[in-house]
Amino acid sequence: MAVITPIVMPKWGLAMKEGTLNTWLVEEGAPIRVGQAIMEVETDKITGVVEAGDAGLLRRKVAAPGQTLPVKALLGVMAGADVSDADVDAFVAGYVVPIAAETEDGGAASSYQFVAVDGIRVRYARRGGGARRVLLLHGFGGDLDNWLFNIDALAEGDTVVALDLPGHGQSDRALPGRTLGDLARFVTRFLDAVEIPSVHAVGHSLGGAIAAQLALDHPDRVDSVALIASAGLGEEINSVYTEGFVAAQSRRELKPLVEQLFAKPDLVTRQLLDDVLKYKRLDGVSELLSELGGGLFPHGRQREQPGRRLGESGKRVLVLWGAEDRIIPVKHASQAPPSATVKIIEGAGHMVQLEKAGEVNTLLGKHIAG
Amino acid sequence: MARKISIKEAIHEALDQEMARDPRVILMGEDIVGGAGSPGERDAWGGVLGVTKGLYAKYGERLLDTPLSESAYIGAAIGAACCGMRPVAELMFIDFMGVCFDQIFNQAAKFKYMFGGKAETPVVIRAMVGAGFRAAAQHSQMLTPIFTHIPGLKVVCPSTPYDCKGLLIQSIRDNDPVIFCEHKALYGLEGEVPEASYTIPLGEANVVREGRSCSIVTYGMMVHRAAEAAATLAREGVDCEVVDLRSLSPLDLDTVIESVEKTGRLVCVDEANPRCSIAADISAQVAQHAFGALRAQIEMVTAPHTPVPFSPVLEDLYLPGAKQIAEAVHRTMSGAKG
Repeated sequence: MAVITPIVMPKWGLAMKEGTLNTWLVEEGAPIRVGQAIMEVETDKITGVVEAGDAGLLRRKVAAPGQTLPVKALLGVMAGADVSDADVDAFVAGYVVPIAAETEDGGAASSYQFVAVDGIRVRYARRGGGARRVLLLHGFGGDLDNWLFNIDALAEGDTVVALDLPGHGQSDRALPGRTLGDLARFVTRFLDAVEIPSVHAVGHSLGGAIAAQLALDHPDRVDSVALIASAGLGEEINSVYTEGFVAAQSRRELKPLVEQLFAKPDLVTRQLLDDVLKYKRLDGVSELLSELGGGLFPHGRQREQPGRRLGESGKRVLVLWGAEDRIIPVKHASQAPPSATVKIIEGAGHMVQLEKAGEVNTLLGKHIAG
Repeated sequence: MARKISIKEAIHEALDQEMARDPRVILMGEDIVGGAGSPGERDAWGGVLGVTKGLYAKYGERLLDTPLSESAYIGAAIGAACCGMRPVAELMFIDFMGVCFDQIFNQAAKFKYMFGGKAETPVVIRAMVGAGFRAAAQHSQMLTPIFTHIPGLKVVCPSTPYDCKGLLIQSIRDNDPVIFCEHKALYGLEGEVPEASYTIPLGEANVVREGRSCSIVTYGMMVHRAAEAAATLAREGVDCEVVDLRSLSPLDLDTVIESVEKTGRLVCVDEANPRCSIAADISAQVAQHAFGALRAQIEMVTAPHTPVPFSPVLEDLYLPGAKQIAEAVHRTMSGAKG
């Protein structure tokens, strides 16, 4: 029987309800290969490229550029040349947008959750149900939405847990300490609280340095390590960014800084900046970030570099970097242990997991599977 | 995401959190506790619309029910501010400001200047503004321009619960006198507001909607009507940018000019009467500083130069609506250089 594959509005992150199709990147009648960029979708948070999950022929563009549609709405149809136009028409006419997963499973598995860890209230998300456990650690000033384009893709095969580090996102504005050792220890206490014995630790930027420290200090809790645009592999870090980010109080000050995180600055939407500003304006955030940054990377120099000692841990290590990273130099990738798999991703900046989500997800998936 | 609360609850929460954080914060106003002389529980009223209800139980004598003498207690609040307190005075309706003008214009606004920068007057005067509440001509005015006219005063007029909480906390922490204008028709409006304390700087406008064809600059309740007009216009292919000024003094003219430089067109919307209004001020400043960016005439949409009518039919006509805003956008879109 001929196969018809729907192309639907993706769901990026837990809060996404709808998206706007900006442009199609392929023409009707064109063959599509797996991983090919097929369209650009804009959400209130960020603009991203949708990559094909299946190969096939694009038979029909159902949605027009500029249309805003709910998650899982039908955007296009792929089918082989042997499928008749009438069958494609019938498929389009008969397509029903599935009810969002949250309502199907009562919402418990897909919404944000909170847990108290050493007196600090921590927000986290837990997705998927696979046997392998993956922990996502975001960077300085970030939050678990930095994994917007990764969490659901990784959760297809594995159990994925992402948290807001203490003092970040919607976790309490408190720090368990100012060293990587303190933060790594806090992560083990968090894993205790959510009853996870060990994880494939995936860290971005500062989160990478914490993941490396976790593997060194608590090897029994770590199955493998993936470092993305990671701190802790070398000394330099862009202090104009880190110090400017802490000091910025207005959208005007913040915008040029946040744009430095991306190879394509036009990915930074008004909503993305608003969300960062809303976090930064909370009482105590500036002081907390200043204290944390001052402890970990004073004056543009990273004090601790656990990533360089990761060879001692005996763990499998994956190192990913955006070739155009303007925050932590891509040359630090060469400081990874010789056994590490290193991949430099072209056309991406510091937020490589957002900018080249498909590529990063594929590499992470392979690494975690071993 | 964050929980949703109303503007009224956002004001209450801002007052509560600042009173908890800083013992110098006190509240003064008519009926903000039980209403002087009213029988029963002291916390019975909590202000004319119940904004401060529940705070007396927590903070006791730091809430003062005042006599019906605005000139006396606004003066007392300003005096207390000069002596190290951080009073928040509730004036109920901005229409009653008239009897306190000496205290506000000639005293609070002048102390820092006349004492060589050595005196500070960290007072907030909260007052309800605006029409649409069937409260007639003496309880419905939008008097914001009267206060922006005076150097030394800061003037704030928020449009959302998120902005309301952050701007009120910032106003309380600010060391200058702030006139905090709350639109009475927006008290029930709900929106996402973080539970924790946060501040929004005074003098920073918010781009509510981005667009390329025409800038609509406004504040207060008119932000919602402008957004409604922009949504209608978008369906007709006119892509409007909506700028919410949030603070009227200091004024974020940079954001306004940036927007006009992008769109080339400007519609100023103001619930105040037209002469010497915020709309007139923005129009004049853009014409002076960004004339070269304008591709067509500036349009203004304001209330007419009349008192607010008591007749509900006339009051609804008095207030600028989405339809008039959309018409003004159409006029400038088809105007001058096309």
